[in-house]
Amino acid sequence: MKLDFVLNGKPVCADVAPIARLADVLRDEFGLQGTKIGCNAGDCGACTVRLDGKQVCACLVPAGQVAGRAVATVEGLARDGKLGELQRAFAAHGAAQCGICTPGMLMAADDLLARVAKPTTRQIEDALGGVLCRCTGYRKIVEAVASVAADSPALADPAPGRAVGARFLKVDAAARVDGSARYGADGWPEDALHLRAVRSPHHHARFAIGDLAPLRAKYPGIVRVLLAEDIPGQNRFGIYPTGKDQPALAEGYVRHRGEPIAALVGDKATIAAFDDADFPVAWTALDPILGVDAAKAGPKLHPHLADNVLIRGRVAKGDPGPEFAKAAAVAEGEFQTAFVEHAYIEPEAGYARRVGDRIEIVATTQTPYMDRDEIALILGVKPDQVRIVPTAVGGGFGGKLDLSVQPLIATAAWLLNRPVAWAYTRPESMAASTKRHPAKIRARAAADADGKLLAFQFHGDFDTGAYASWGPTVANRVPVHAMGPYAVPHVLCTSAAIHTNGPSAGAFRGFGVPQAAIAQEQLFDELALALGIDPLEFRRRNALRAGMKTATGHEIRASVGLVACLDALEPEWRLWRQAAEAHNKTGARRRRGVGLACMWYGIGNTSMSNPSTMRGALAADGTLTLYSGAVDIGQGSNTIMTQIFADAVGLPAASVRLVAGDTDLTDDAGKTSASRQTFVSGNAARLAGADLRAKLLRLANAGPDAAIRVENGMAIVGERTIDLAALPKDGRGNVLEGVGTFDPPTTPLDADGQGVPYATYAFAAQMAEIDVDPELGTVKVLRMRAAHDVGKAVNPIQVEGQIHGGIAQGLGLALMEEYIPGRTENLHDYLIPTFGDMPAIECILIEDPEPLGPYGAKGIGEPALVPTAPAILNAIHHATGVRMTRVPATPDRVRAAIRAKAGAA
Amino acid sequence: MGGWTRPSTLSQALAALAERPLVPLAGGTDFYPARVGKPIDDDVLDVTGIAELARISRDGEGWRIPARVTWSDLIAADLPPAFDALKAAAREVGGVQIQNAGTLVGNLCNASPAADGVPPLLALDASVELASLRGTRVLPVSAFVLGNRRTARAPDELVVGVRVPDRPSRSAFLKLGARKYLVISIAMVAANIEAAGDTVRAARVAVGACSAAARRLPELEAALAGAKLADMARIATFAHLAPLSPIDDVRGTAEYRREAALVAVKRVLEALA
Repeated sequence: MKLDFVLNGKPVCADVAPIARLADVLRDEFGLQGTKIGCNAGDCGACTVRLDGKQVCACLVPAGQVAGRAVATVEGLARDGKLGELQRAFAAHGAAQCGICTPGMLMAADDLLARVAKPTTRQIEDALGGVLCRCTGYRKIVEAVASVAADSPALADPAPGRAVGARFLKVDAAARVDGSARYGADGWPEDALHLRAVRSPHHHARFAIGDLAPLRAKYPGIVRVLLAEDIPGQNRFGIYPTGKDQPALAEGYVRHRGEPIAALVGDKATIAAFDDADFPVAWTALDPILGVDAAKAGPKLHPHLADNVLIRGRVAKGDPGPEFAKAAAVAEGEFQTAFVEHAYIEPEAGYARRVGDRIEIVATTQTPYMDRDEIALILGVKPDQVRIVPTAVGGGFGGKLDLSVQPLIATAAWLLNRPVAWAYTRPESMAASTKRHPAKIRARAAADADGKLLAFQFHGDFDTGAYASWGPTVANRVPVHAMGPYAVPHVLCTSAAIHTNGPSAGAFRGFGVPQAAIAQEQLFDELALALGIDPLEFRRRNALRAGMKTATGHEIRASVGLVACLDALEPEWRLWRQAAEAHNKTGARRRRGVGLACMWYGIGNTSMSNPSTMRGALAADGTLTLYSGAVDIGQGSNTIMTQIFADAVGLPAASVRLVAGDTDLTDDAGKTSASRQTFVSGNAARLAGADLRAKLLRLANAGPDAAIRVENGMAIVGERTIDLAALPKDGRGNVLEGVGTFDPPTTPLDADGQGVPYATYAFAAQMAEIDVDPELGTVKVLRMRAAHDVGKAVNPIQVEGQIHGGIAQGLGLALMEEYIPGRTENLHDYLIPTFGDMPAIECILIEDPEPLGPYGAKGIGEPALVPTAPAILNAIHHATGVRMTRVPATPDRVRAAIRAKAGAA
Repeated sequence: MGGWTRPSTLSQALAALAERPLVPLAGGTDFYPARVGKPIDDDVLDVTGIAELARISRDGEGWRIPARVTWSDLIAADLPPAFDALKAAAREVGGVQIQNAGTLVGNLCNASPAADGVPPLLALDASVELASLRGTRVLPVSAFVLGNRRTARAPDELVVGVRVPDRPSRSAFLKLGARKYLVISIAMVAANIEAAGDTVRAARVAVGACSAAARRLPELEAALAGAKLADMARIATFAHLAPLSPIDDVRGTAEYRREAALVAVKRVLEALA
């Protein structure tokens, strides 16, 4: 139908199907791709627009209903090319991290502010509560909306050389708040063919594909059906050179629900209208192996693994056994965690096109260089024939470290010589992507009467699902970290990653350490209780300190800020504990509790080379450019690299132009994972900046402290002026270039896990105040204090943002998140925290500088999440006396534990 | 894609339904989520253009909430305390986006066991008005919602609205979920109490998400009649939950649901004491 309506104040007309979703019409007919599609089901709110002023999900509005009405999108918020006040507030407060939910947040807030000039926190939460955010933990969004009514000052640009440590505006903030940032599903070529996968509805099955002729006859718009035999190179991929076990398209046998068996490529309308029932396939379902216990006894899932064990990990020191006999207190327990979904609001998406004998992939990813090398194998081409251009990434958290759309769009574009685009649906994203490993952990800990730890034993079986993915990383990292950030004389920590017919478990913020911390930090609380020692004091007595050796025998000489973290929490720890105990004596219905947990986290890959290279340059016209291969997944590495590089050169951070993450334009800066970008790539950026500065100083024959300015194509270095245009230019128009490479110094671990697995560690302690409704088993986290030793906070806004977001995900892990294949494949059955679930958070940044770090900095991405769940679980114990050994601690589980305790008493 | 009809009068809508089966659609908040990644090939009857179904009204028989009334309309409406439970339910449906688009009647017709609107309607003793070219019929809510996703609507009928008798009462609602916003109920309770002084004259209590369709608790209601308001919470027992048949699902175990339902019933009654 011909549809007339008013769009962002202007009358428009389109010829669309009236039943089409408004979100699709806005994006496809009007090119307004600031409206994001996260679920197409009204669960995430990313597509929120205003319809006659009222916020609605554009994915749920039939286009026909907007006839004659007014629609407002994020693109309409700016006035005369200038960001509106609300947009500026989001940027200044760090309310946009990855930015994928930001348009929805802004439109919901815009609706609120039109009705309520000075909203309360509760009004803001109620109004924006229909939009999910996976990055920010929501508090900074609330602050941003509240500030619009409060006239908060803008952030000032720091002086040259003073960017590190400043609350510096995110370099890509404007694009995050005006809807112009292009994510995986945005900016596809007009002539792109679309792709759709046919996936297994079974956990475990054999299949035979039938005659495709009837399908082709019914759907003439399908130009190609890809099957396993069409993969040009090897139909195997995987993170590790030894772990290439995952087919791009299954070969008659599937190992998990959601595994792709075929890809249909055709015009957009045909692909959208395809009915999966029309695909000719005969399934023979096999008994699924679900859970590690079944896998140990079950048939082999991979021919090369006899017992379904992908890999084992081990750290051994001393002889723990005898210590338990002589201990004053022993705590032991079994703990269980679930599959956890990354639930980034941006589903996997992108397009590929063939350019001569090269393939270009423009897609959402955390790891462009690994993608390049993997795609080369799948296409059977050389790596330099593959160009990866990462789009803005709408959340990653480890889930976009694995290939998603890339193998099939690349294959299709390569074979058809046409651009091919694909965006996962939400259920597809949830079924096909990796998960956090479910863990079954047995552990015990012993301490003497003075509260000194004697020994710790730990074994964790990790359900690594169908394919290897990052399972080896989890199995290696867990035993190193499992005893926590403490000096423990006798340690035996082991792990196994075990294949099942679950979804592949891979990388998810913390690589298994959060699961281990749930066990260990609860057991240490038990030890403190048994010995009558305050839990904070117990941890301080045992905390690692500079000069001590870890369980792997690594002497950590500097930047061990755990005691400082605990000291920073202590005054409130005492006050909150006392207040909770006083509250519980009043006989109030809800019981209050305060819990604490610590963590440590090795920055970078475990005992592996993981270098980053950065390049920075001055152009003939004076433009200062940083070429960074580090992919910003919303956490802010683009900004961090800019700040560090600018200070190293000695020029204003605001003057840096950033070219980021294109494998043709930048050097390899590794993966955005393992909390490594600030430390590893940041060092490379610092070295690149220092190299460029050294070249400028040399040209000017100036001393090391000389001030540098760049004006009108002239570099003024100390007393000398250099005419940049007079210098020879390289192919990019640059006249001076600095390069830096950094690879953190580590050593391999021996059979007992002894060695130097990481160059540095982050430390933290978090405390949570919660209340529990004992009759209903519901838990509400009221407030948290988080003290994190980050070495140096390069950008405090972003560090706080990481802590808030980590706490949100840790809270979800503790209380609500459980992915069940086939059951929770959407964002209303799979629950992540909403606005109303987040506590007030106070961040305390401890800066115990790391001598190897750029300006002393370490990392924060994963450390932020690790202590949250055990702190909450310890608080539940403080409130109720029940020990939640299985997460998520859902209301029914908490209630059952309370009832069991009452029954036992 | 399928066909789409958006009539501006009820008689046009009924005429269209008489010709062929159509999927009625108002806010789309249940329609689209059921079709993620699937072709949309339904023939749809969009009711949002029908002028006579837009506004809440009151006549000699009571209140009428027609099919286009959204959750937000309900929240904003000037309604007596009997509707407090329904308004509370409206505030907890989805986010504001869903409340602005989704309708009470759509919620009823979708017939989810966890439909937030159904327990308050049961406690209001509401009935459902169905129209077709054959005429109009009125069914109690309990006779309209037959089970999980099943209603008594005939293919040629349209639910034009909900009727609520005009009986002064106070009401309360409690929804139990595993997070604050955008949450599907583990259990929910709505109650309306008609009182004379400190004594219950009539009580209506309904529980949702604990059976295939939300259910009233007639034995509890009988036990409450004549009791002191202050005693209501104490009177409720597990035996009163006999009409419920909770199941285990991803949101909670059956055992938990039964226990939580009683706690929620007691709390709602306590709030109305």
